[in-house]
Amino acid sequence: MSLLELDGLTIRYGDTDVVRDLSFGVDNGESVGLVGESGSGKTQTALAILGLLPANATVAGSIRIDGTELLGASEKALNSVRARHVAMVFQDPMQALNPFTQIGQQVGRILIQHKLASAAEARARVIRMFERVGLPDPARQFHAYPHQLSGGMRQRAMIASALIAEPKLLIADEPTTALDVTVQAQILELLADIRRDTALLLITHDLGIVAGHCERMLILADGRLIERGATREVFARPQHEHTARLLAAAPRLDRTDIPTGPRGDTVLAISGAEVIYADRGQESLQAVRGVDLTVRSGETVAIVGESGSGKSSLVRAALGLVPMHAGRVVFCGTALAGRVQHRKKAVRRGLQLVFQDPAGSLNPQMRVASIVAEPLVVHEPAVDAETRQERVIAMLEKVGLGTDYVHRYPHELSGGQAQRVAIARALILRPKVLVCDEAVAALDGTVREQILALLREVQAEAALAIIFITHDLSVVRAISHRVLVMYLGSLVELADNAELFANARHPYTQALLQAVPVPDPEHAGGKAILAGEVPSALRPPDGCAFHPRCPFARDICSAERPPPRKIDGATVACHFAEDLSGA
Amino acid sequence: MVSGGILAGIVVVAILGPLISPHDYLQTNFDALLQRPTLSGARLFGTDDLGRDLFVRAMLGVQVTIVVAIVASIVSLVIGVAYGAIAGYVGGRVDAVMMRFVDTLYALPFIFFVILLMVAFERNFLLIFVAIGAINWLDMARIVRGQTLSLREREFVEAARLTGVSTLRIIFRHIAPNLLGVVIVYVTLTIPQAILVESFLSFLGLGIQEPQTSLGGLVDAGVNQMEGASWMLLIPAGLLAIVLLCFNFLGDAMRDVFDARNPR
Amino acid sequence: MLRYALLRLLGAIPTLLLVIVLAFLMVHAAPGGPFDAERALPAEIEANIAAAYHLDEPLYQQFVRYLKGLVQGDLGPSYRYRDHTVSELIATAFPLSLKLGAMAMLLALIVGVAAGSLAALRRNTLSDRVLMMLAMTGISIPVFVIAPVLVLFLAVRLQWLPAGWSGNEGAARFLLPVIALALPQIAYIARLTRASMIDVLASDFVRTARAQGLGTAAIVRYHALKPAMLPVLSYLGPAIAAILTGSVVVEEIFGIPGLGQFFVRGALNRDYTLVLGIVIFYATLVVLLNLVVDILYGAIDPRIRRR
Repeated sequence: MSLLELDGLTIRYGDTDVVRDLSFGVDNGESVGLVGESGSGKTQTALAILGLLPANATVAGSIRIDGTELLGASEKALNSVRARHVAMVFQDPMQALNPFTQIGQQVGRILIQHKLASAAEARARVIRMFERVGLPDPARQFHAYPHQLSGGMRQRAMIASALIAEPKLLIADEPTTALDVTVQAQILELLADIRRDTALLLITHDLGIVAGHCERMLILADGRLIERGATREVFARPQHEHTARLLAAAPRLDRTDIPTGPRGDTVLAISGAEVIYADRGQESLQAVRGVDLTVRSGETVAIVGESGSGKSSLVRAALGLVPMHAGRVVFCGTALAGRVQHRKKAVRRGLQLVFQDPAGSLNPQMRVASIVAEPLVVHEPAVDAETRQERVIAMLEKVGLGTDYVHRYPHELSGGQAQRVAIARALILRPKVLVCDEAVAALDGTVREQILALLREVQAEAALAIIFITHDLSVVRAISHRVLVMYLGSLVELADNAELFANARHPYTQALLQAVPVPDPEHAGGKAILAGEVPSALRPPDGCAFHPRCPFARDICSAERPPPRKIDGATVACHFAEDLSGA
Repeated sequence: MVSGGILAGIVVVAILGPLISPHDYLQTNFDALLQRPTLSGARLFGTDDLGRDLFVRAMLGVQVTIVVAIVASIVSLVIGVAYGAIAGYVGGRVDAVMMRFVDTLYALPFIFFVILLMVAFERNFLLIFVAIGAINWLDMARIVRGQTLSLREREFVEAARLTGVSTLRIIFRHIAPNLLGVVIVYVTLTIPQAILVESFLSFLGLGIQEPQTSLGGLVDAGVNQMEGASWMLLIPAGLLAIVLLCFNFLGDAMRDVFDARNPR
Repeated sequence: MLRYALLRLLGAIPTLLLVIVLAFLMVHAAPGGPFDAERALPAEIEANIAAAYHLDEPLYQQFVRYLKGLVQGDLGPSYRYRDHTVSELIATAFPLSLKLGAMAMLLALIVGVAAGSLAALRRNTLSDRVLMMLAMTGISIPVFVIAPVLVLFLAVRLQWLPAGWSGNEGAARFLLPVIALALPQIAYIARLTRASMIDVLASDFVRTARAQGLGTAAIVRYHALKPAMLPVLSYLGPAIAAILTGSVVVEEIFGIPGLGQFFVRGALNRDYTLVLGIVIFYATLVVLLNLVVDILYGAIDPRIRRR
């Protein structure tokens, strides 16, 4: 008998099945990955196991824990199973922890509720558990509120709450999706570590995580289980064509089809950029601390960094959307005014932007045709309505949308379609530079591939220069000619794509590359080389901003800020770049 | 939906009733003091202590009450939307100062100032409109400011700014259409607020003056005759309650529709 | 925390000053003097009266004089109750109004929060619908309609409760006025509590608590109640103002000799100093109580406290 057994589970809202006839089991001590794109029903399955589905869901089939049927069980019976037999770690610990209660109290409450400990004993046990999940200074953190913790620490507290009643099965729903990649590696390591005592059902969209952490995997698509098997087996010989597609679209750093298209003259040059946000009371936040960057026509430069790296601020300042404290921006040979509203029309049509959230970047009250046509109305008012309409339709076709979409409203589009509309709007003025701010971060793997392919295509056609901001190194690998790595507002490393991934020179870049999970069970990545998390940009460390986390830091690193230096065609800001290359 | 129908019915009767009725609101009849309402006779709602026809007076009261409320709501709409939109769109320090001012006013028991105003000046319709509008614009300003602020930060507005769409066009094409829903909802919710204030003032004898009347004034007159002629209290009180209830239901329903369309 | 409270206290001073200036100017910008409406007085007597009340001085001098008095708690003489100062009248009448208002507020909070929480927990059931229908009716019917109707049915017709104030003793005479005053606030607080409780119960951290096996009672007690009360807490300021406003009507209808009744009488009699004094007193009260609410808010929400 398995620990968890699902038999013919079906979840229905109205007349839509979100999960259909799902059967699988999890044994004691086993680690199983539940994989699928958004809307595949994986989270619904997890919620169903714990009896947490909303009241308007209809559930049929069977869910058994240690042979006890949970479907249709009373709330009281479910409560005795929750936490003690099955516990859950949710995706976003900021939302999943109560902001009004000290984390120690929240975790301790579970022990008291299940009569596992008195209030006094609970406190001691919670502190021991905090210690085990790696919360520093656990006796003090007991009294911390969630907003006082960093993202990684919050997720550790969440994991502590899941483990405190010693469950036999831990369900983790996208436990690292809200975290930076170096922190993700730490949390995954923690999950691997606690796995000695408990079975793990890991829900994720990231095949790299499954490859590194699960013995078996289950693949869901449209609510159906389409493939199951040992992880190595599935990766080596996928049976279902959808699995094969997922594997092909899996983010990887070792792809060889990296951009090599011809590059022309410099179109945009940013030098000495500094951005300071001073609106937080007395404190001023220096988001960008003196960065140079040039982009040539036909070239894609990726800017990569974790939260607080200043990658967005740098580009928004270059676009004139936020004020630049110091530095200059030269576009096609002319220096630009600081604020976008002071720039000439010809400049403004030459620099366009695509945002992360495709839904938010389209006016919900306008139809697709008007959205795409608006830049034309503003910049070429002489064009008559008919010609304009033709150009809009031609543009929509170029981004892969037919005339069917012309009269739709944004809420009638999928995420990928909305992003195509946003790209059409940006390209209709034939800009010289296109900035993509996390433009594929909200999209599923297969859709992401399509959008990246579209961008490569339009670039080749128009010798477009693209600046691509992302936190995702696999996207960097797929799209860029050159890569700028940033940390806490400073340049860390700037190098060609092939060079950076083969021969990273800065210890931060190296750690970043190591931290990315690899979708290959034979070569697990996702190594947590760095301890700790990115410090607050309000109080950046002295000297090299990276030194408190750097495994190679020496005295000079905390005293002197390393200037960016050219080394074999790459630019690196590290005192010991030569010694560490290829380390 | 139902409440909208009832409201429309009341308004139609309130406009047509006095035109059809043989009585007018001023005519006193000392042979017919405090007559009970009868369904068959000419006195549908009875008469008051001066022998005036209560049906005609009640309908007049409904007219006055609704007109005052709508005009006052428009006053608060204009002030509130303009103030809120400017604060929200300009942002920064201007916004901070403007909203600090609103917060300050919020903390005041405003109605007492209105009463003070009523005491100090001759009472007339215009003053009542302005006074009530001046109370109710604060909510509207806050809501419009909040919406504008969040719209201004939305990516589609940023995209428009970047492309070079003029400020005017941004306001009219991108911000205003997205504000419309919330403004309509809150105007509907402001009307009952305005009715409350007006009838409160009239009840205290500080609002609409005799021989003109409003529902609040009629309730006041009814309280004085409560023990002998309960219809003089119950009829205007009931009408007032129904009108308020209908507006509140309407506003709630519209807010639900609006919220459903804008899940953010 | 203490610093936060002190800062807010300092911040209230300009507000109060604004109130005083505004109220003072309104009264003094009024056309006609306070003693006009009655019979025409001989010019000499009028001048004497004007001098006695310093009405012959320029406006700013009158204001400075008024402000000086105010700082010492002196709001000047009443124009109508000639033997009393405004401060004396307030001191006599306010305790009764305070008692009434405090009882109504307490009742509104207890019943409103309980009804709203119940409706939220039983969302979309019959009891929820009935409660919310009642609440909608409650916010739609003004105090000055509820009060006389309650009197008509419970006191005049059924004679269960005393109708008036004078001639009655004991707690029973408080019952109707307090209920009439509290009803709209009960309704409003119930609606507010229901809405915010539903929001909180749908939040991710409540789902976490359910996943941890906490029962409904424990979830409400340890997780939902505090955040769900925040909107109610912010409503306390407006609620205080609404109860003050309502007390004016209720005291008038029940014939309770509280501050509200003095205020209405003063307003109708054009007793400027009395009305001005009471407005300033009320405004100060509301501003200070709002301050207390603000500080309470900071004490409950840890995210604000850290500022």
